Amino acid sequence: MITPIELFAQQAVNGLSLGAMYALLALGFTLVYGILELINFAHFNVFMIGSFVGLIVLQALGIAGQSVVLHGAPLIFALLLALIVTMLVCGILGVLIERFTLRPMRGVRGPMAMITTIGVSYILYNVVLLATNAQALNFPDPLATQDFDIHHVVIRAKQILIWIISLILMVGLDQFVRRSRLGKAMRATAQDAEAARMMGVDVDRVVSTAFFAGSALAGAAGLIFGLYYNFTQYSIGYSAGLRAFTAAVLGGIGNVPGAMLGGILIGLIETMSSQYIATKWADVIIFSILILVLVFKPAGLLGALAPNRS
Amino acid sequence: MSDIPLLQFMAVNTYYGDLHVLKDVDYTINKGEIVVLLGGNASGKSTTMKTIMGVVQPRSGRVLFEGTRIDQSATAARVKRGIMPVLEARRLFPRMSVFENLEMGAYTRRSKAEFAADLELVYALFPRVKERRGQLAGTLSGGEQQMVAIGRALMGRPKLICMDEPSMGLSPLFVEQVFATIQDINRQGISIFMVEQNAAMALSIAHRGYVLQTGRVVLSGSAADLAANPAIQDAYLGEMVVD
Repeated sequence: MITPIELFAQQAVNGLSLGAMYALLALGFTLVYGILELINFAHFNVFMIGSFVGLIVLQALGIAGQSVVLHGAPLIFALLLALIVTMLVCGILGVLIERFTLRPMRGVRGPMAMITTIGVSYILYNVVLLATNAQALNFPDPLATQDFDIHHVVIRAKQILIWIISLILMVGLDQFVRRSRLGKAMRATAQDAEAARMMGVDVDRVVSTAFFAGSALAGAAGLIFGLYYNFTQYSIGYSAGLRAFTAAVLGGIGNVPGAMLGGILIGLIETMSSQYIATKWADVIIFSILILVLVFKPAGLLGALAPNRS
Repeated sequence: MSDIPLLQFMAVNTYYGDLHVLKDVDYTINKGEIVVLLGGNASGKSTTMKTIMGVVQPRSGRVLFEGTRIDQSATAARVKRGIMPVLEARRLFPRMSVFENLEMGAYTRRSKAEFAADLELVYALFPRVKERRGQLAGTLSGGEQQMVAIGRALMGRPKLICMDEPSMGLSPLFVEQVFATIQDINRQGISIFMVEQNAAMALSIAHRGYVLQTGRVVLSGSAADLAANPAIQDAYLGEMVVD
């Protein structure tokens, strides 16, 4: 018989896995917002595209159905290849979206750029909808049988994999933004774009970098979604994207550690409310908590960091 | 010393949309000079600085740096040529450390050895900046921020520093210190083009000056002549200018 503590621990394990995925996705919202003060709705469906790219790579490696289970080096190779290709393709997609749809209207005030991102988001959505005949597709599950059971708390191998991937990517992003020359230029641009430019920073390059990094992380999150839920579909961007966006706002939009914290919290809130209340109420609870936090702490938990406008 | 001016504006016209801000403006800054730009609000002083840095582009006329046209080049290219700003209200990166702000000043310069040498110079000039190097720039006092802003400009190894209101918001004691520092920097061979409300102080250290009125240069001459000019005394020296 499973005890209440074990049940709670089980939901914490599940919540941390979902939360890691939301955190990766939330980072893309926050990176772009921090620099352009723009909410990039195309990000939802860059994530969705990421799951399909991951699927295509795994299928190309012969890991077609859910019955193919790999071990050892071939497993690591397949997952690493899928991760790298997915992140590259999504990163480039993000850069192209910025270059061709957003850069031409840089400096235009008002919501036009945001509305453009909604348009781009729908284009991606509909392209995949048509290409897949609106079908949900099976996603390979190469780690299917490799689970650990600790006092009735099941930790699945793919959850551990998700934590490892997310941890590496988040630490990597944090170090990049903190220490690298381009990362410092990103922070400087976020804090005062005009001053950064007058130090010799190429602001276009900084914006491209933010889109590349954010979209690549969305790609990784898309691959994680497929591995975790074992399916993908044209419509997955909406609910995951909205929760990740909520996570970014909850942590403080524009704030990189805030997005990570917000993502983990949203993941935990989702699994806990599904367990203790009801799955159908999970979204209601997530967004109620968001509203409460914003009423009492409008800048989010760690503080919003919007660009300075002079 | 060659006789090519360091910086030259030739009949420059700058607009913001339909608003004509700089009207047929000519300036000449020679190597080794401190030149002050005086003028009331909305006379085009800050636009002059932005035109030099390439944040706004002139619609007509030429801007030359060491004899080369720069009015169409990107801001980064101008920084690489040796023009650095000290911006109005300092404009440090508030959530970056003092050290990181100085690093941003050296953004276009990749040599680590030169960076280390320049850093030592800035620390020698401002021991206070060295003390505060790990602190977030936004937490410094106004005076300390101004030291960092000047240090940040020096990290770019400039030939010309464009200063926009370096005394703004500083205590009188500190204003004197800033102007003494500007003279120090100038003695090292760096030219200064400075917009300044505190005309008396600015003219006391400058070699020459220009007076801008609604986008036109209405007077220019040596700092001593300008300081002695009754029109200047009435407009800029007679009263305390309070923000």
